[in-house]
Amino acid sequence: MNRPELWLTIVGMALVTFALRASFLLAADRLALPPLLRRSLTYVPPAVLAAIVAPAIAQPSGAALGPFDLRLLSGAIAGLVAWRTRSIVATFAAGMAALWGLTWLL
Amino acid sequence: MRLHPPSVLLGLRDVLPMLLGAAPFGLITGASAVAAGMAAVDVTLMSAAVFAGAAQIAAIALMSSGAAVWVVLLTTFMVNLRHLMYSAALAPALRGESLPARAAMGAVLVDHVYALASLRFGQGHPSLVRRDYVLAMGVPMWLTWTAATAVGAALGAQVPRSWQLDFAVPLMFLALLIPSIRNRPGLVAALTGGGLALALRGLPFNAGLVIAALSGIAAGTAAEGVATALARKGGR
Repeated sequence: MNRPELWLTIVGMALVTFALRASFLLAADRLALPPLLRRSLTYVPPAVLAAIVAPAIAQPSGAALGPFDLRLLSGAIAGLVAWRTRSIVATFAAGMAALWGLTWLL
Repeated sequence: MRLHPPSVLLGLRDVLPMLLGAAPFGLITGASAVAAGMAAVDVTLMSAAVFAGAAQIAAIALMSSGAAVWVVLLTTFMVNLRHLMYSAALAPALRGESLPARAAMGAVLVDHVYALASLRFGQGHPSLVRRDYVLAMGVPMWLTWTAATAVGAALGAQVPRSWQLDFAVPLMFLALLIPSIRNRPGLVAALTGGGLALALRGLPFNAGLVIAALSGIAAGTAAEGVATALARKGGR
């Protein structure tokens, strides 16, 4: 991605985000969410985040322990920590520590 | 514009612990953007303009894997759709404010600001000036986020490649994904979205991500329908 394209992306992201956040604050009288759409919005975070995470973690990195890629193993450990702690910092620390530890072992 | 000091102070007091949580997230975002090949100034501008951590991390990951602009924008839309719910939820309480004030509040309506505002508005403080309360949380949040990204990007540029800091990007998403799965339909949504994204990752421009996410949302909504129908049957 070249720089003008990158800036176009940033401006576009800013506009999309602002439109979503300000939508009802600016136009509550003219906007209404149908109930089905309102319910399906609840499932946006798990569906979207999983669709981003799965290919990123499963991508072969070239370093593996037997049949398991190091990043996949580290991701699994971080996932467990995320589940137990619900903390971004703890998940980050566990995942990076696992990746460094496994890389050092090999 | 006259400020109402007690409302500003209450906002500052409520947002302070949230700033401590946003700072490390911003640091990691800045550092991992640099690790993924972005210039420090670009990711800092991005934080100032977009002010949405999860969407930014997604965009950084997508751009470094060569995604098309429209895929990045559509992903931003989907990752930030939850803000539509926040906006709808707070709109009745903020109806009386001026148009510029509502626009300013919309610009800073991030997860934590929404959560605190809906809590405080629900408690019914008669003297609370809502505009001042919301902005007293949102503006420090925005400043902290932008500054933390800049510091993270500057520090990240010093980090050698062998530290594999680019792995921070999927880790951050994992940390956001796991708490977002609150029930079985949520798990169905995540498994469908994740599974399809894996199966379709060969598609050009990362278009598989969009298809997988939409299918996951549909699957979660359908699973909720099935769960509701079963519960109704069991209740009889």
